[in-house]
Amino acid sequence: MAALHQTLTLVKKDLVLELRQKYAFYGILLYIISTVFVINMMMGKPEEQIWNAQFWVVQLFVSVNAIAKSFMQESRGRLLYFYSVVHPRYFIAAKLLYNMLLMAIMSIIALVSCIVFLGNPIINVWYFVGVVMLGGISLSLLFTMLAAIAAQANQNAALMAIMGFPIMMPLLMMLANIARSAFVPVYQPGLLNMFLLLIGMDVLIIGLAMILFPFLWKD
Amino acid sequence: MAKHWWKALAVLLLLYTIIAGFLVKVPAIENNQQSTRNLFFHVPMWVCMYTLFTISVANSILYLTKYDLKKDILASCAANVGVLFGLMGFVTGSLWATYTWGSTLTNDPKQIATAVALLIYLAYLVLRMSFTDIDKRARVSAIYNIFAFALLIPLTYIIPRMVDSLHPGSASSPGFKSKDTDGTLMMVFYPAFIGWTLLSVWIYTLLARYKRLELKNIFK
Repeated sequence: MAALHQTLTLVKKDLVLELRQKYAFYGILLYIISTVFVINMMMGKPEEQIWNAQFWVVQLFVSVNAIAKSFMQESRGRLLYFYSVVHPRYFIAAKLLYNMLLMAIMSIIALVSCIVFLGNPIINVWYFVGVVMLGGISLSLLFTMLAAIAAQANQNAALMAIMGFPIMMPLLMMLANIARSAFVPVYQPGLLNMFLLLIGMDVLIIGLAMILFPFLWKD
Repeated sequence: MAKHWWKALAVLLLLYTIIAGFLVKVPAIENNQQSTRNLFFHVPMWVCMYTLFTISVANSILYLTKYDLKKDILASCAANVGVLFGLMGFVTGSLWATYTWGSTLTNDPKQIATAVALLIYLAYLVLRMSFTDIDKRARVSAIYNIFAFALLIPLTYIIPRMVDSLHPGSASSPGFKSKDTDGTLMMVFYPAFIGWTLLSVWIYTLLARYKRLELKNIFK
């Protein structure tokens, strides 16, 4: 019970910080809109396959940028303070939860701005929204752990991209494949398997983060 | 001398692989013709790569339990040699693909999976370079190694077997074994496997010894 309470308090602290500053939120909002606008200026309203590819690339960069901040805003002193009051496992759990929430909101914003600027080739909207949420959550989980590692390497943002891109390449390919069903009414064999694989991967990331993060914090 | 028998075995097996590999009568398998001989060189690279990556991650786990810097050196050496063998596997495979599939780089899942595995370990090596503090480098890179390995390396091994691939032995295409009626291919193939794996481990131990000499003043 105390564990849940501590975790939720940490999430609440992040939320309150965000609500007061609104820096990350508006920063990312501007980032999404300008990226999508650039795509719009370069290629107008693309076909569904290109639309899908563009959308997931936008998602990727949004998640890198949104989540890289989550450890950078913590000063060294504050991290030390957290280290003395909570178990590292609760700390990473709180970060994972908060980033999941952040990425869920960002995913919806990215989806809406893609539809507004690039047209709407989606047939099965609710299915696509579901895939986008799942994708946003998977990406946020993965990048939270990588941000935690990158934070140890003197907050090197470029390092996060170097570490992250190879790992998320299969994830993104899988997401783009699953999402294809939302554009064309065809039967895709092995769809359920890919969903299960994605969810399994998410569970694995959470498990690994819980096990490995305490080692990362021993400074 | 008793400790070195496996090195002699590696040399003998590889000599056999190279000599027999080029002389043995290969069965005609579709459009492969004589390029089938690449089987003895290309496929074992893949196994060597996974063996070394597994050694690397095992040493990373050991490092996190005992904080022994020697384990970290072993992990990084294994990753280095693994990348070398992965690259060789990729090059021999691409060469083979050029003549049988008609293109050097294809969308084949196994080729992509190897590229991903290589990129992950190149990222691991780059991550190591970004630290100046040895203990911190060991700890953080061990964590990344375990995270990336557990997440992906099994996946890059499993997925290509599930989906359709241009490679023989995946979901829809039969392996070479069924075409090898005389058993000549397998007669060279299995020794080649063992020989190359032993060689890769040998290179890894040599590199590890060299690294330990280099850092002699740290390990007293």
